[in-house]
Amino acid sequence: MIPAQFDYVRPANLDETLGILKKRQGEAKLLSGGYSLLPLLKLRLAQPGLLVDLRDVSGLDGIVETDDDLRIGSRATHRQIHEDPTIVRRYPMFHEASGGIGDPQVRNWGTIGGSCAHADPSSDWPAVLIAANASLVCRSAAGERVIAAREFFLDTFTTAIEPTEVLTEIRVPRRPKDGGGAYTKLERRVGDFATVGVAAVVVLAKDGTIARAGIGVTAVAETPFAATDAEAALVGQKPSEEAFRRAGQAAAAMSRPVDDSHGPADYKRAMVAEMTLRSLRSAVQRAMA
Amino acid sequence: MTTQHVRLTVNGEAREADVEPRLLLVHLLRDVFGLTGTHIGCDTSNCGACTVHVNGRSAKACTMLAIQADGTQVTTIEGMADGATLHPLQQAFWDQHGLQCGFCTPGMIMQAAWLLGQNPRPTEAQIREGISGNLCRCTGYVNIVKAIQQASGQLAVDVSAPGKAAETIEATPAS
Repeated sequence: MIPAQFDYVRPANLDETLGILKKRQGEAKLLSGGYSLLPLLKLRLAQPGLLVDLRDVSGLDGIVETDDDLRIGSRATHRQIHEDPTIVRRYPMFHEASGGIGDPQVRNWGTIGGSCAHADPSSDWPAVLIAANASLVCRSAAGERVIAAREFFLDTFTTAIEPTEVLTEIRVPRRPKDGGGAYTKLERRVGDFATVGVAAVVVLAKDGTIARAGIGVTAVAETPFAATDAEAALVGQKPSEEAFRRAGQAAAAMSRPVDDSHGPADYKRAMVAEMTLRSLRSAVQRAMA
Repeated sequence: MTTQHVRLTVNGEAREADVEPRLLLVHLLRDVFGLTGTHIGCDTSNCGACTVHVNGRSAKACTMLAIQADGTQVTTIEGMADGATLHPLQQAFWDQHGLQCGFCTPGMIMQAAWLLGQNPRPTEAQIREGISGNLCRCTGYVNIVKAIQQASGQLAVDVSAPGKAAETIEATPAS
């Protein structure tokens, strides 16, 4: 499979990149790790006039925890995130999700920003970022926009990024003392896209009830979404199997799966409930640890 | 059709070519440089037969443009042996009969080499996870895993193994 013809540039820095995007608006496409875009180019589902390779743009792959948030550069690879000491120690949901994306070669090159900008409806990161109430930072020549993950994934392969913008950073609210998260992915075989994936984040109040809950669901709608009914069902409740099950039912009711080779819609809906339950058990356990 | 010039180091040797931006790395290696040890299996980023190292990181050469590899160090299966001496992984695949049809072997060896660079003594589970992006249509995974265990010094070379027997037969002139 051979991609259609395109021009290729490799800008040296972000300013140069933004200048190119402005000048070649609408025909330029950004290339990060390439593991989402190259397959599309080869299938000719994407035929950009110009490919802008971010390889030489430095400063976009850092992972740092500040007093307010965890900041992950958009060009951080899945492997880098998986192995980062702060992530391993404090953000097990991110560690879990990054370790299950594609296969080792994909994780060596694929980036969190590339994956989010690509916005595959079955991808893992969007569910995680939605559950975590993360934000995505987009830069253009005009300045910076900070977009909530819940408003970023608009439709299948469609995000809130403007053609003149570069996704530069993911900001995740710093994990509080009584907070925890987990991501559970059901896949037919190792390396597959999720049949269903559910990310759950909980923050416990002093009295042990759930003060805040975030539930992100992937692979069962046009785009990953926040299961807000499940979140509402959890807030104020004492963590319990019964509360988790009710949340699972609510998340399942909000999903819109279709029959495909991964399974029939009814099965997927049942699995949304089950994966929600499992993620919540794990998230609560981590919040109490 | 506009071309761009790429320079890279392949198996320690400086190479260059004029390429269309859409040329895939695997085609540069195979069709332009004649290094046909890197195989094209699925051409859809799944099977890993085209696995090479780019700046020390294992990559699927069907999912990278040649021009993305501009200025990098690329290692292919042809760069593994030291003259007539097989790389320990190549020798282990021989000794443990880690191949049947052999089509996936170059990619398996390159991915295993990357894995052992990261983790010199992986457990069996870590080996299986490490080669999860490489498919063997003969399903010869048991011996592939054994070969990687041998190369990592965790499994003794079995002199009665099929590879050794084949070596003996080959070394014996036909009567």
